[in-house]
Amino acid sequence: MRALALHLGLLAGLLALHFVLPAYHHGNLARVMVLASYGVGYNLLFGYAGLLSLGHALFFAAGMYGAGLMVQHGGLGAAGAFVVGVVVAAGVAAALALLALRTVGVGFMIVTLMFAQAGYLAILHFSEITGGDEGFVLPQAGRMLGSVDLSTPDARYLAALALFSVCLLVSLALVRAPFGRVLVAIRENEERVRMLGYDTQATKWVAMVLSGAISGAAGAGYAILFGYVGASFAEAQYSILPLLWVLLGGAGTVLGPFIGALFMFYLIDLASGVTSAHMLIAGVALVVLTLFAPQGIMGEVRRRLWRGLP
Amino acid sequence: MLRLDEVQAGYGRVAVLHGVSLVLEAGEILCLMGRNGAGKTTLLRAIMGLVPVGAGAITLGGARLDRLPAHGMAAAGLGYVPQGRRLFAGLSVAENLEIGLMAGGGDDALRDEVLGLFPRLAARLGQRAETLSGGEQQMLALARALCLRPRVLLLDEPTEGLQPSMIAAIREVVAAKRAQGVAVLLVEQRLDAVLPVADRVAFIETGRMGPVMEAGALRADRSVADRYLGV
Repeated sequence: MRALALHLGLLAGLLALHFVLPAYHHGNLARVMVLASYGVGYNLLFGYAGLLSLGHALFFAAGMYGAGLMVQHGGLGAAGAFVVGVVVAAGVAAALALLALRTVGVGFMIVTLMFAQAGYLAILHFSEITGGDEGFVLPQAGRMLGSVDLSTPDARYLAALALFSVCLLVSLALVRAPFGRVLVAIRENEERVRMLGYDTQATKWVAMVLSGAISGAAGAGYAILFGYVGASFAEAQYSILPLLWVLLGGAGTVLGPFIGALFMFYLIDLASGVTSAHMLIAGVALVVLTLFAPQGIMGEVRRRLWRGLP
Repeated sequence: MLRLDEVQAGYGRVAVLHGVSLVLEAGEILCLMGRNGAGKTTLLRAIMGLVPVGAGAITLGGARLDRLPAHGMAAAGLGYVPQGRRLFAGLSVAENLEIGLMAGGGDDALRDEVLGLFPRLAARLGQRAETLSGGEQQMLALARALCLRPRVLLLDEPTEGLQPSMIAAIREVVAAKRAQGVAVLLVEQRLDAVLPVADRVAFIETGRMGPVMEAGALRADRSVADRYLGV
């Protein structure tokens, strides 16, 4: 109950910020919430099941292109395009999981990385459809949810909050359900879980599909809310970013991805205002945080203050 | 109940077990003894499907086990406590038990029954498994296996490195399970740890079965044990 109250409290706080934040931070926070949704998807696989993927950009991009291409070429509105994006990402994750889960450890990292790179190259190769390196801007019709224009700051913020809320609460429900406990047990000792009678391969497959679907929802949401679909979102950098958010915020904590994404977004934003070598400042800050809070921010909260924090 | 017929198993091209045959009856504690590297742990892992069986058959109540995937063994009726306990270290005692209970479809009554066998665990339900003492960790590993309501328990050196009071407590639980009809295959290295509870003792040497003796006969004459254990 306490945990649910904490998470609902965060969502209520984000809703309250909608009414008081200045325009610049209002826009930033909308972006952070969408990116944090991506982190939530990543965290499900990495933080809970212990599977370190280096190819999640493939799922984010699958959602983004699935939705974007449906708007661009299929004439769908925001709702239909979003659903298609999620389904495409889940399908890609389901297929990739069948292959990638035959490997473990470094092998899994390499297989996921290679498929993500293949996805990125496919986007560049089929440039007539995907827009190649430049991507494409979504037409206004594809950013309409009924009569609501999702490109306006207010609607965009609230839609981003709705997306993040669903991802966060789904994640919370999953990790508190028996499914989540089995995922954690797999992370701790997969062979033991198998000996207790669980089909760990099937469980990991489901986790990867869910993780891909949530990441795809974030990608689709990003395309619709910010109106742009581009190949840069399929690059390796977008596979590393959610890993960093999750590590900083606290792997295996539901709030970790949001805290990590928020922290890193503003760290880079503030550092870039001081110097052009802003990534150096960001890097030093990350090293310091990693040294003094190796379990991430929420991981430290769990260790020091709240043992039962999900 | 559990039957191994001419089982050959190993790791890749390296054969460890060479035609092992063994029968374990319900309500019996059969101890498997042998020197380091004799194949004791490999035998348990082969039964559990963790080591591929190249030839021979493993059956439980007449049903083939060696054709099941490893995750099917628990449903078939096997409970396994490996050497080194292999707990979910970061999870609490209660969560460790819950994983076992969910797998076996167990309810609160079974949980209470299991905790009744291990009062020390009942007092530490919220504690992380990695912070328990060695004996308590062993108790938790055994308790988690019992949450599956196994017909056969496979225990790999459960008393290794434990203080005498812990050994006695674990022995008591194993004996209680035997009285309920559970078959126990117990791997041990020390004869003293085996004789107080065993019904029969089987010896294994370089992957081949040696004699299988009544525990009473072994108590009277330890010369066979001396030969197979090298003491």
